[in-house]
Amino acid sequence: MPSEVDRLSQGTRLRVDAPTILVTVLLAGPVLAGLAGTALPAFGYLPALGYGQFSFAPFQQLFEAPGLVTSALLSLSTGLTASLLSLAIVLIFTAGWSGTQTFRRLTRFLSPLLSVPHAAAAIGLAFLIAPSGFVVRLVSPWATGWTRPPDILILNDPYGMAMTFGLVAKEVPFLFLMTLAALNRPRTEDFFKAGAGLGYGRMATFFKIVLPQVYPMIRLPILAVVAYSTSVVDVATILGPTTPPPLAPRLVAWMNDPDLTERLMASAGALLQLAVTLSALVIYLCLEKLARVLAHRQYQSGHRFRQEGFSRFFSLLPMLLIIIVMVLSLCLLVIWSAAKSWWFPAVLPQAWSLSKMVDAVQMGSGSLAATLFLAVVSALLATSLTLWLLEARSHRNLAVNKRLKSYIFLPLLVPQIAFLFGLQMLFLLFGLSGTLLAVLLSHLIFVFPYAFLALSDPWDQLDPRYARAARSIGAPRAKVFWKIQLPLLLRPVLVTIAVAAAVSVGQYLPTLMIGAGRIVTITTESVALASGGNRQFASLYALLQLIVPLMGFLLAALVPSLVHRNRAAMRLGK
Amino acid sequence: MTRLLAAGLCLFALVLVPLTALAQATQEDPAWQALLDKANGQTVYFHAWGGEPRINAYIQWAAREVARDYGVRVIHVKVSDTATVVSQVLSEKSVGKASGGAVDLIWINGENFASMKENELLAAPGWAETLPNWAYVDVENKPTVLVDFTVPTDGQESPWGMAKLVFMHDSARLETPPASLDELLAYATANPGRFAYPQPPNFYGTTFLKQVLAGTVANAELLSKPVDKAQFEEAVAPLFAYLDKLHPQLWREGQAFPKNASHMRQLLADGELDIAFSFNPGDASGAIANGELPPTVRTFVFEGGTIGNTHFVAIPFNSSAQEGAQVFANFLLSPMAQTRKQEPEIWGDPTVLDVAGLPANEKALFDTMDLGPAILSPEDLGPVLPEPHPSWVKALEEAWVQRYGAE
Repeated sequence: MPSEVDRLSQGTRLRVDAPTILVTVLLAGPVLAGLAGTALPAFGYLPALGYGQFSFAPFQQLFEAPGLVTSALLSLSTGLTASLLSLAIVLIFTAGWSGTQTFRRLTRFLSPLLSVPHAAAAIGLAFLIAPSGFVVRLVSPWATGWTRPPDILILNDPYGMAMTFGLVAKEVPFLFLMTLAALNRPRTEDFFKAGAGLGYGRMATFFKIVLPQVYPMIRLPILAVVAYSTSVVDVATILGPTTPPPLAPRLVAWMNDPDLTERLMASAGALLQLAVTLSALVIYLCLEKLARVLAHRQYQSGHRFRQEGFSRFFSLLPMLLIIIVMVLSLCLLVIWSAAKSWWFPAVLPQAWSLSKMVDAVQMGSGSLAATLFLAVVSALLATSLTLWLLEARSHRNLAVNKRLKSYIFLPLLVPQIAFLFGLQMLFLLFGLSGTLLAVLLSHLIFVFPYAFLALSDPWDQLDPRYARAARSIGAPRAKVFWKIQLPLLLRPVLVTIAVAAAVSVGQYLPTLMIGAGRIVTITTESVALASGGNRQFASLYALLQLIVPLMGFLLAALVPSLVHRNRAAMRLGK
Repeated sequence: MTRLLAAGLCLFALVLVPLTALAQATQEDPAWQALLDKANGQTVYFHAWGGEPRINAYIQWAAREVARDYGVRVIHVKVSDTATVVSQVLSEKSVGKASGGAVDLIWINGENFASMKENELLAAPGWAETLPNWAYVDVENKPTVLVDFTVPTDGQESPWGMAKLVFMHDSARLETPPASLDELLAYATANPGRFAYPQPPNFYGTTFLKQVLAGTVANAELLSKPVDKAQFEEAVAPLFAYLDKLHPQLWREGQAFPKNASHMRQLLADGELDIAFSFNPGDASGAIANGELPPTVRTFVFEGGTIGNTHFVAIPFNSSAQEGAQVFANFLLSPMAQTRKQEPEIWGDPTVLDVAGLPANEKALFDTMDLGPAILSPEDLGPVLPEPHPSWVKALEEAWVQRYGAE
């Protein structure tokens, strides 16, 4: 074993190791290169189209687009509202119910919901709440007197409420699981006990004592949610307003306009999108500061808030609503996938057909194979890379510092649209566009940060004394990793692979743009089918989209109990 | 000596050139045979809208046929918007990818074709008219097979099917459908919230604008020429006067619109709308056969005609399988492929061929077809109004968004 002095000097000499360099190049590189490829056309430079002069014309054209301000404000407001609402729902629910039986039961529901891709969730939600949807059918015509669907604006409302709700339903499970992971640290229980001992109510304990410890760990995921929600394309297309739409879907439309000069304007718009997302992040950070100041006053006030039955009850309601809505939406996808005809106001389909299911699976086998390949390979790569990075950093006694973290999370904090266009050009230049390899790389950019998010906490919590003990009896570094660290982390590693695979399956824009249409996945297929008129096929593909991540989570739950079947302590662990 | 040899070779070539030209014109056509040989083993990436499972299944069938008969592998790349394919080919051109492009064949027409032609993104002119099955195409009675939205095709795209705007109504709820634009407005006013059109720039929404424009414009000749800024406002004034009256009566009072024709048809099936429209006269019959529309749905058109056009397949300049793409385009034009396409349960898309001029066996295929309950006979389908020049599309879309798209 090298002496302490040796290790320290090595650490200071070699601050940068291979995995750190690789991760930085792999994640920050494409984002920055892609941004440059977007910025040049935004300032009028796109030689291929004969624009060799820098100018502000694209921006002038952009600001002349009707309703541009409304679009930008819509993106900002829906994204921010959805993020804040999701956060509030998660925190209030956790405060009121963490540690109870109800909490554990609902947790079991929420984890699989995380694997539902955004597009599939939005399609299901639309079936549920549309004026001709399931809810209205349930109460019509016997209670409402409606023999025809009412002409009420529910979906695509101009204020983006349906879209906000769709985003909330999708972000709550994500934020909840992140909070859960953060709560899963040693000594959290003690904080709850200390609060109770001091006579604070359950919710007051959470907000005054536990949250300040936990919040730094969920901060990055929250920022990622803000960035995502302000620039989302698929949910906005299905549930969002259209007169005018939010900024992101408009950008996609401009980029795809047959009038090729609109590309310059689209690039300028991508920079505006970047500004919108940045402002949303800044607003969030300001709110965070404000909350901190207000909270400090509360901490010092010493109020115990012991009468909390009422607020605990209300903290449960939004969470229950979201779970019910999501589960119902998914059930509707299942019903529609077997329904041939289903006319209003029938609650169940009039004609069923299973033959289309067979057709869909047959027609979709190629895209299913591509989806599986991309999901499995990118998940394995991202997880191994994360483990390599974490092992190398902890071996050198280097924490993953802020700068490295910001590189890792860059792809989640910069709107996809803002750099994918430039990235597409880059892949074309290298002759990689439309290859499986290029799509795999583009998936990895988005999959890796989530893998890191899922695995870095469990790694940090691993008691370093196990490794130290093994090293002290002469085990080499590799053996320590394979025989001690990896088996101890089997469950979180498998969950990470499942999360990473789910993220890969959900990628729509990168697959479409980098894959040049040649790489077809279940997700690109289902968005194309969602633009068509056959709900049975649209639902079938949305369901296929679900199956891959669900299988992953199932394996992640089953494998450890099988491997550890004769190790009681490992089974009891989280 | 060498000079003599060269002169001799030149002379030989001079004799040979007209000879080969002559050979091309004969029935055997060694040029086509050579193309078939080259195509054998190629993979054609066919980029086509993938929102309609029935059409996807038809393309899969056609792909199986050419794989078996010609050794050409066709892969259907399902796109949600053809314009994305245009920008994809442009991206390739912009980085200098002059061969080995990702797109080998595109399902296209109208402004997308005009844009590709103008930006020189298409394979060299003429190929479409050298296809053996071109001989069956109805050039005389279907002028739109040669002129796509007033832009000459120059043999850079091969016709695939005919389209004509038809309206659909559920006869169980609406017995006598409106027969003109004025009657449509009257119906919408009496039954608010039961009519809608897809939001421009969706292709079908823009088509509805063009239909209203064709029915209201004072000087129809303006439409066949590129948009003249000076005259545009005056030309579209009656169109927007009509829409101003229609919009408060629309579905969701015009605050939200169907996304596309399929969405609109779904809303008709859901009972949210009373009237929908399609570019495929056989659409309603096919949708009834597939359980996507109630069996009581019927098709109708306006007096004075509706907009009609042709849809095509085109080869990009940098396609990596130009020969295979031509073989597939030729197969799509064959009487067998065209009859199958016209059957309502398969697709219901009208043929581009001159049925009367086909050999007896092939003609019989068309004559014995059952077109389903909701299809209009050619006489009832009414006259075809020509598409305006492609420049009108953009101008109309912009004017529409300015007025209604950003409140």
